[in-house]
Amino acid sequence: MKVSLFVTCLADLFYPEVGKDTVELLEGLGCEVDFPAAQTCCGQPAFNSGYHKESKEVAKHMVETFEGADYVVVPSGSCATMLKEYAKLFVDDPAWQERARALGEKTYELTQFIVHVLEKEDVGAVFHARATYHTSCHMTRLLGAREEPLKLLNQVEGLQLTPLSHCYDCCGFGGTFSVKMDSISREMVDAKVNHIEETDAEVLIGADAGCLMNIGGRLKRQGKPVKVMHIAQVLNHKQEG
Amino acid sequence: MGIRIGDKAFDRRVEKGLQDSFMRGAVTGAQDRLRTGRLNAAKELGDWEKWRTLGKEIRQHTLENLDFYLQQLSEKVANRGGYVFFAETAAEANQYIRQVVQEKQAKKVIKSKSMVTEEIGMNEMLEDDGCQVIESDLGEYILQVDDQDPPSHIVAPALHKNKSQIRDVFREKKGYQKSERPEEITRFAREQLRREFLSADIGVTGCNFAVAESGSISLVTNEGNARLVSSLPKTQIAVMGMERIVPTWEELDVMVSLLCRSAVGQKLTSYVTGLTGPKGEGEVDGPDEFHLVIVDNGRSNILGTEFEEALHCIRCAACINVCPVYSHIGGHAYGSIYPGPIGAVLTPLLDGYENNKELPYASSLCAACTEACPVKIPLHELLIKHRQKIVEEEKRTEALERIAMKGFEAAASNPSLYKVGSKVAPLAMSPFTKEGYVTEGPGPLKAWTRSRDFPAPEKERFRDWYRKRKKGGGEHGQGHDS
Repeated sequence: MKVSLFVTCLADLFYPEVGKDTVELLEGLGCEVDFPAAQTCCGQPAFNSGYHKESKEVAKHMVETFEGADYVVVPSGSCATMLKEYAKLFVDDPAWQERARALGEKTYELTQFIVHVLEKEDVGAVFHARATYHTSCHMTRLLGAREEPLKLLNQVEGLQLTPLSHCYDCCGFGGTFSVKMDSISREMVDAKVNHIEETDAEVLIGADAGCLMNIGGRLKRQGKPVKVMHIAQVLNHKQEG
Repeated sequence: MGIRIGDKAFDRRVEKGLQDSFMRGAVTGAQDRLRTGRLNAAKELGDWEKWRTLGKEIRQHTLENLDFYLQQLSEKVANRGGYVFFAETAAEANQYIRQVVQEKQAKKVIKSKSMVTEEIGMNEMLEDDGCQVIESDLGEYILQVDDQDPPSHIVAPALHKNKSQIRDVFREKKGYQKSERPEEITRFAREQLRREFLSADIGVTGCNFAVAESGSISLVTNEGNARLVSSLPKTQIAVMGMERIVPTWEELDVMVSLLCRSAVGQKLTSYVTGLTGPKGEGEVDGPDEFHLVIVDNGRSNILGTEFEEALHCIRCAACINVCPVYSHIGGHAYGSIYPGPIGAVLTPLLDGYENNKELPYASSLCAACTEACPVKIPLHELLIKHRQKIVEEEKRTEALERIAMKGFEAAASNPSLYKVGSKVAPLAMSPFTKEGYVTEGPGPLKAWTRSRDFPAPEKERFRDWYRKRKKGGGEHGQGHDS
């Protein structure tokens, strides 16, 4: 099966290992992974800030970039949601709306793709750690991917998952919210960090680099020893080391 | 009071909220209880999503035919001997109420809870005229006794106060001498209020939903105070927002089910009251005279716009009870009697952007509000629409942000520019980078790095790795990078 990877700008620039693990994981599951090099960003920073003319141009570029793909796989619930929302930007432009809709239909968040398209739950990962999982807001509420990550993580050998209390509360990232309303954002991430500490986890796992950058950045600033990992990194972890 | 509360700037209100640990403790505890209660009550009803869809459809149908149902309502009220007044503005509503009060030579008005009377500032108007106004909802009464402390929540207005603070308010202002036990405080408040009920000349109620087919109004309470307000004084004035209406009792059934479960996690509140006009011939209960004041105050400007769904709101506060931003800053920080996600949507619509331009940004767009809303208002999308309006029509965003977004558009829609930009990013960030992290960033990163480290961009981007790997051959990569 041929899949096109939209790695997301955060993974491309800040977390290349998330992209590498996604490629290796998908290849290990029998996929041929293409990386259309013209890809940029899903456009959320502009869209969520109300700059819709600007985000339309980005959307058009992304629609064109992935037009030839059979499946578009994204290691981020939030960015996958954005690709699926593109059609709403083109209500006055039926031709573009149709092209945007087509992209939305073939777009999958990574764990959704593995569970629903590849129909796999055990990816053969081995990872010995006490961990907890952060359910990101857009991935659960807007994309509806609630169970998929847990189905996959539950099959990882050696992984002890402790549920995160108040997991439904936002970590305070919210894209530009984190800098526009930084004092509120800080309180939100502090509440999240407290709940993570309550679990006694060594590792915080998540499926959205934005949330992980936020929570990880706060953990780092406070000198907390909790390690932050993207779910692709855990699922591509094959043996101890 | 009017819709606006507090006169400080948004930032200072937020700061005050964040520093108020008593308030935050009270709010977090209440949110947890209300959230759990709502989820249990929803589960008990069975297929909650279908109920939500039904609720949405009823609201949508009603709003699309609002002129018809308002006409029907007013005819039915008039047929039963009641008076109906359509107020286009807050001032018109207040003027009408003032006239009734003057005609009756009323000295004392007793009220049950009503957000719209807060919105139009009715209490101040009457008090300026020398008429005493007494709030009989316990939460509102506490706030009134506490020198008119503004409400911080639309269902539980005194949510920001804990029981010992409430005890202190009654001690200081009313000579209360007992403990902070809620039962004792409540008994004290009841004694105080009973005297007021018996001596009031006019009762003012809100209206949860008016029923068009019969010209009735419904009131949903847990304290029973609205029944006393509507039955003891000889004159009753009900004040309603023009959108608070259902076609028939059948729809009222659905809406009240959704309201009680979403607001307080109950199947039904202790009292759900339907009132139709003044006391009829041979009837024992009810006022001699009944007035219904239907308030527009900016609502009709929302009809037919992209914000129309904001008028579907049934004031249950489910969105407020799940909002993590509200949880940390509290209701007063919004500067409006309508706080939380619905307040951030509604306040700029009713009161303009000038004093409320920060509100649409007081959300991380986590969509907990949208998920909780019993009538499926896409609250987080409406917040984005406000932002869009602020950018495109109001042009109120800062020049630096506009330039940054133009730059973003250029880079993210042009792969060569993106590639060059991302290639030089590590170099550009290197003066700020220490051991792979930025701890004091420039520009927008300054706000980020006040409380968090920021990862430095990697020298080898994912795309560089992918290209090298493909060139190395033998791997599976089939990309066409350049």
